[in-house]
Amino acid sequence: MAHSDLAVVGAGPAGMAAAVTAAEAGLSVTLLDEQPRPGGQIYRDVDRAAARRGDILGADFTVGVRLTGALAQPGVAHVPGATVWAIEAGWRLLYTRDGRAAEVTADRVILATGAMERPMPLPGWTLPGVMTAGAGQILLKQSGLVPREAVLVGCGPLLYLVAAQMVRAGVPPRALVETQTKAELIAAFRHAGGALRNGPALAKGLGLIAEIAGAGIDRHTGATDIAIDGEGQAEAVRFRAGGRVHRIPARTVLLHHGVVPNTQAARSLGIAHRWDHGQHCFAPVLDGWGETERAGLFIAGDGAGIAGAKAAEAAGRLAALQAGRQAGRLSRGQRDRQAAPLRAALSRERALRPFLDAAYPPHAPALRPPDATVVCRCEEVTAGDIRRYATLGCTGPNQAKAFGRAGMGPCQGRYCGLTVTALLAEANRQSPEATGYYRIRPPLKPVTLGELAAMDAPARDAAE
Amino acid sequence: MKPASPFLELDEGPRVRVVFDGTPLDLRAGANLAAALLAAGVQTLRHTSVSGAPRGPFCMMGACYDCLVEIDGVVRQACMTEVAEGMEIARPRAGEAGHGA
Repeated sequence: MAHSDLAVVGAGPAGMAAAVTAAEAGLSVTLLDEQPRPGGQIYRDVDRAAARRGDILGADFTVGVRLTGALAQPGVAHVPGATVWAIEAGWRLLYTRDGRAAEVTADRVILATGAMERPMPLPGWTLPGVMTAGAGQILLKQSGLVPREAVLVGCGPLLYLVAAQMVRAGVPPRALVETQTKAELIAAFRHAGGALRNGPALAKGLGLIAEIAGAGIDRHTGATDIAIDGEGQAEAVRFRAGGRVHRIPARTVLLHHGVVPNTQAARSLGIAHRWDHGQHCFAPVLDGWGETERAGLFIAGDGAGIAGAKAAEAAGRLAALQAGRQAGRLSRGQRDRQAAPLRAALSRERALRPFLDAAYPPHAPALRPPDATVVCRCEEVTAGDIRRYATLGCTGPNQAKAFGRAGMGPCQGRYCGLTVTALLAEANRQSPEATGYYRIRPPLKPVTLGELAAMDAPARDAAE
Repeated sequence: MKPASPFLELDEGPRVRVVFDGTPLDLRAGANLAAALLAAGVQTLRHTSVSGAPRGPFCMMGACYDCLVEIDGVVRQACMTEVAEGMEIARPRAGEAGHGA
C-alpha cells in the first residue's frame, strides 16, 4: 500500500498546481485523476489538443501546458485513469483503475474535483443530441469534433467561448438562444468596479461577443418558454423571444447556464456547506488556505466556489503551501512569502465574479421547471413529482429519495441535487440552506464486485 | 441532404473495427468511445429502464452516466472508455443500466 505526505484528487488547474507546489516544498504527492491525461475539464487533453488545434481553442486553453509540463518531476506520482470512490479520515483513498480497486494513504488530502455544469432541466433536455456546452467543448478539445447544425442555449461566458471556437473551426452554430435579459445586464453594472480590476478578462469577453457578431450568428436574447423538440433525438429548439415564437432546427443542442462546484467528495466526508446567494449553489466552508473543518483536508479550485482556472491554480498552490507548513517543510515566513502574490491573483480573479454572476444569472424557469419536466435524469423523476412529495410532507432531498428514488441512480444526484433542493425550498417556503442537500455516501462512483475482488486483501476487509 | 455525421471531424488517424449493436463501425483507434460513436452518427446509446426513453452522451466527463453501454459484457461509461480493436458494444438491456449504483 502506497503512502504519501499528500494526496490530491483531480488533475485540473487546482490539483496540478497543488501537486507541483507541494512537491517543490519537499512533500511526496500522489495525484489521482479520472482522465487518461492531465488537465481537468478546462485544460482537457491540453498536451495533444494545444498542438493540434491551439488556434481554435485559444491562448487561455493552450497556457495549460505549463501546468501539465510541471507535473513531470520526481515528487509527484500522477495516477491517471483513477476513479476515486471513497475517502476515509486518516486519510485513505480508494479508487478503481484498469478494472481493479486500489488504495493510497496520505497525511493530508487536497480535493480539487472542480466544477460541473449547472443542471438545466428544460422540456426535452434528456433527448439524445442535447448535451452540456461543456460537453461540446470537451468533444472539441479531446476529440476534434464540432457539431454541425447546433444551437446554443442559455447564458454565460462559456456559451460565447464555445460559439467563437465553433466559428474558428469553420462550423458556426445556427443560433444562440440566450436567456439573459437587458435588465440583468444593466443591473450587473453596479458590480463593474470589481470587473474593471480584471480588465484583460473583460476585454476577452467583449472580444468573443464581437467574434460571434462578426460571423453573423443569430442571437436571440431574453428567451423564455424554451423546449427541445424531437422524436427519439433532438430536432429543434422552440422558444419565445422578441414577442414571438421561434423554432430553429438543430441536431445538437448545447445547454449552459453556469457551472457549480462538484461537492460530492466533500459531502461524503460530512463537510459543512453554505448556500452562496450570488452563485445560486452550495459551497464548502473553508478557511483562508482552503482547509475544511477537518484538519488536513483541503478543497481548492472551482469545487470550493466558482472563480475560474486562474483562481483555481492560485488556490491550489495556497492549499499546498499550508500543507507544507503543517508538515514542517516550510517555515511560516517561507509560506507567507510565496502566498502573498497568490492571494493578490486570487483576489483579482474573484473580483470579476460578482459582475459575471449578476450579468449571467441562471435561467429561472430551469431552476424551478414546469411539472412535466424530468429533473432526475437517472430515475426519471419530474418536477411535478417533487412538488407532489412536498404536499405529502417531504421537507428535504433525502426524504425525496424515499418518496420516489430521486437522486438514487448512478449519477448519485449530481444532475438533480440543486434542482430538487430548489423545488422543495419553494414548495415548503424554506431557504435552500434550511432545505439542505442529498447526503452523499461512498461509493462516490459505482464500483463492481469484480473490481473489489481484484483489490489487495487489507483494503478488501475495510470495504466490506 | 444531411451529412451522415452531425459532427465535423478535425482529426484523422488509423481506424479499427468495432461492433455496435450488431453493426460494424470503423472508429479512430484510441479515441474517446462516446465521441467516436457520435462522429459515426450514433446518437442513442441506451434506453432508460424506467420509461425506455432514448439517451446519448450528455456531460462527456464521467458524471451523468447517460452514455452507459455494454462492452464485452461489462456496463461502462462510453465517455470514460477508449476505442480498441474488436470491441463488442451493445446497448444495455433494460434494467442493466440506469438503476442502482
